[in-house]
Amino acid sequence: MLKAKNKTGLVFFPAFDWAIDPIHPEREERLLYTQDQVAEEGIFDIEGILEFKPDIVKTDDIRRAHFCVPDEKTITTESHLISAGGAIAIAKAVMEKKIDTGFALVRPPGHHSFRVTHGGRGFCHINMEAIMVEYLRSKHRIKKVAIIDTDCHHGDGTNNIYWHDPNVLFISMHQDGRTMYPGSGFPNELGGPNAIGTNLNIPLPPGTSTEGYLYIMENTVMPAIEAFKPDIVVNSAGQDNHYTDPLTNMNFSAQGYADLTTMLKPDIAVLEGGYSIEGALPYVNLGIILAMAGLDYSGVIEPDFNPERLKQSQAITNNIKSVSEEINHSFQNREQLREKAGQHGEVQQKVREIFYDTDNLFEKQIERIRVCKYCGGTLEIDSNATPGQHILGIHIPNQACRECIDSGYELFDKADTNKYDNVFLQDRPKDIYKIKEK
Amino acid sequence: MIIGLDVGGTHTDVVLLNDKGFLKKVKVLTDPSDLFTTVLTGITELLEGIDPEKIKKIILSTTLTTNAIVQKNVNQVGIIVSSGPGINPELFKTDEHYYLVKGAIDHRGRETEKINKEEIEGIAEKLKKDGIKYVAVVGKFSVRNPSHEILIKRLLNKHFEKIFLGHNVSGNLNFPRRISTTHLNASVYSMHKDFFQAVKESLDKKGICAPIQVLKADGGTMSLDASIDFPAQTVLSGPAASVVGSIPHAESNQDTLVLDIGGTTTDITILVDKVPILEPVGIRRGIYKSLIRSLKTYSEGIGGDSFVQVQEGELVIGPERKGPAMAFGGSDPTPTDAIVFLGIMEEGDTELAEQGIKKIADQLDISTEETAKLILKTTCEMIVDHSKAMVERINQKPVYTVHEFMEGYKIKPTRILLLGGPAKYFAQHIEEISGIKTRAVPLSSVANAIGAALARTTCEVSLIADTEQGVATVHEEDYAEPIANSFGKDDAMEIAYTILKEKALAVGASEEELEEIEVIEFQKFNIVRNFSPKGKIFRMKIQIKPGLVKGYENMKLETMEQD
Repeated sequence: MLKAKNKTGLVFFPAFDWAIDPIHPEREERLLYTQDQVAEEGIFDIEGILEFKPDIVKTDDIRRAHFCVPDEKTITTESHLISAGGAIAIAKAVMEKKIDTGFALVRPPGHHSFRVTHGGRGFCHINMEAIMVEYLRSKHRIKKVAIIDTDCHHGDGTNNIYWHDPNVLFISMHQDGRTMYPGSGFPNELGGPNAIGTNLNIPLPPGTSTEGYLYIMENTVMPAIEAFKPDIVVNSAGQDNHYTDPLTNMNFSAQGYADLTTMLKPDIAVLEGGYSIEGALPYVNLGIILAMAGLDYSGVIEPDFNPERLKQSQAITNNIKSVSEEINHSFQNREQLREKAGQHGEVQQKVREIFYDTDNLFEKQIERIRVCKYCGGTLEIDSNATPGQHILGIHIPNQACRECIDSGYELFDKADTNKYDNVFLQDRPKDIYKIKEK
Repeated sequence: MIIGLDVGGTHTDVVLLNDKGFLKKVKVLTDPSDLFTTVLTGITELLEGIDPEKIKKIILSTTLTTNAIVQKNVNQVGIIVSSGPGINPELFKTDEHYYLVKGAIDHRGRETEKINKEEIEGIAEKLKKDGIKYVAVVGKFSVRNPSHEILIKRLLNKHFEKIFLGHNVSGNLNFPRRISTTHLNASVYSMHKDFFQAVKESLDKKGICAPIQVLKADGGTMSLDASIDFPAQTVLSGPAASVVGSIPHAESNQDTLVLDIGGTTTDITILVDKVPILEPVGIRRGIYKSLIRSLKTYSEGIGGDSFVQVQEGELVIGPERKGPAMAFGGSDPTPTDAIVFLGIMEEGDTELAEQGIKKIADQLDISTEETAKLILKTTCEMIVDHSKAMVERINQKPVYTVHEFMEGYKIKPTRILLLGGPAKYFAQHIEEISGIKTRAVPLSSVANAIGAALARTTCEVSLIADTEQGVATVHEEDYAEPIANSFGKDDAMEIAYTILKEKALAVGASEEELEEIEVIEFQKFNIVRNFSPKGKIFRMKIQIKPGLVKGYENMKLETMEQD
């Protein structure tokens, strides 16, 4: 009789009746073969593996993580709400100690969604992990969170949402942005002035194999998590590093994913991308589930797996070592870097342009952050999308100091409603979201 | 006239019915060591003074398979398993005659590793040397492509008496359960076959030539011939028989809770519009899990003979049963003692019951009468709580589409039917506590045999059509035919209906029963590779749902009331 060492929860929501469009990779069929493999293995008959029904998130849940433009209803479908709800169902079960660890196998994904979201970017409309993490911070008094994004694409959305947040350690390991969408996530991207070093971006060269992934885990990711001491560890578990993925160029394997999961020991894992739906997903997901449950996964090997052919070159090994050292250095010196980043009370401005490939729209952002030595700092985002709306969003961070709370409300009060289609206030300490009437 | 017979642990119940209603019942003692005599005695006693030629059919529900498993009185079986990638198949080892072999099929039914003939032949030699006559062959994903199982069977055929293949057991995915279920079929095969052939011959000699059907765990029947190849399906048919026996008393378009209150446990089942809910994958009892179609039943440790005690000043009832109620010669107090003491139940020794209740009353420091009422109320509360929890669990069942998530059916019971010995004494309290209209099923003591008599023939088939691979399959029926690119939902329906009808008639259904076909599952997927459509996958499950046999669904309740 098979028994899980760790009580493991699964939410399985394959959304068998939802696709971005009929021939899009984010399609009905995506988790079909994974479900077949999981069912055929008899996973739910294993003692200590429990299946949960996803929740459905409400507008208030989304508003903790996003400024949705024009509003939540317009840019989401029910499938997005259930996907985020799946992550929350797992998080709740972990908090209520029904399970030790859990995996939300949900679609669509969310890690390319920024704090301001006008629609679909990289198949994502809203950010599942951020909605779940903000739920935990508001409802379960979780203070420090580590989010480890192991999708092959830079988790730029999650990175954006936690860019200024010193209480969330966000680490993304991904294929080098010079060779892969979305083209960002380099080692010098360490976070805003109040949160330098709690954002780590690890670009990996095309052709990185299991050896390289596990090297980075052992030498950079795990030490950073140990030093940060999070209350919970979340894994954005994208599965497109696999050697059969049609959209990427990496050489990772099901065994590698399972080893990575064993090392990381996430409290909560949420599925992100991964489009080799027959050659990779059934085996990778099975490997991850068994690893989370603490069960033997040595037999989970792709039928066409050939370790010799997937070996990484010496040049790749050297490249990964040097990236690892560079990032470790920045992480270890994060206090000093933060001191040099700006004067307390000063406001720093950044302008950026964002392209939404899925919904084909263009956004211009002016972001102003209040440098603060006590908290994440008040954040003001002026966002103008074409086609779309022009909005102003003001974010008061979790655990904000008095000064930042006051400055947030001041900005909101004086915002000129004639200039914007909408003005939003996200007061995280009070868990309030306000929309200013014209 | 129909005969229904249900072998229970202590009694065997036999009833005679016609389309107007209940005619006659007989109860004989069960002899677990000689079920053959038990069954024959029951039928012979029932038919005293009745012309055997008037009997149209006989439905038997026995504990034969269940007993054989418990007593380990089964065939030695060789089992050959091919698994491919995944969980270590050594973990599913049945016994020392378990052999893992090369060969693998993937989730879409493609061969990823060939089987090795020499390896199979070597195993055949070893099994023969060990005196094995029956062999089970099971492959992972064999329900997607059974060719390895079939090939292995061809290699083994000449060496063994009978070979059982995993893909014939069920169209459902679940490799470990396929192993245990195929193994079980092979284990009980010869015993089941010998028993039913003996019964048939003996009845023939007595001039009772009516067809014999056997009850299954899903509350449906199959013909005696069909049961020979799938004897495992008869396991635990008894509880299913009782549930079917309650169906005539349920109402259409309502959700009904059926509570079978026994001595040790209460079995909870749900009827939706007079149809019992089935287990999605197969029967599970404790650690034993299978692909055998069965009713969804939760068994909770609370019943008429549950052990009543006081722990830290609190009344605790069950889940243990120490023995019969004190009123019936037991040594510890039970809920039955409470109803005997209160005079709700006439049988039983009131003084002995009072002694038991007093033991509890002294510890709780309240009067004996208050204690008896408290025990009765608490017992009923526990039964109601367990029932509500089961409804909640079923309503919380995960779903895999947005549509089902938003529109999925929610069970809301508006009726409770009670079965079992103490049922009628609990009915009023259960109604008060639950707020749901409650009644004890008339003729409750033989509801099991009535259920067997009235059960419809059931079966299920699973169709998969894949236009990229150009094939439609119902592998459990060994059906595979080429299809065109233009294959659509209507084509899938047509094939599935045709095969289900053939199967149903082959396992003993009448033409009328074919009206009860329903689609349980239909899914369609576009196969998309590199932004272009490559074909479609259709998946469909259809069944003849469990229920009452045609012509008997409107039997007069009045005639059934004559207990």
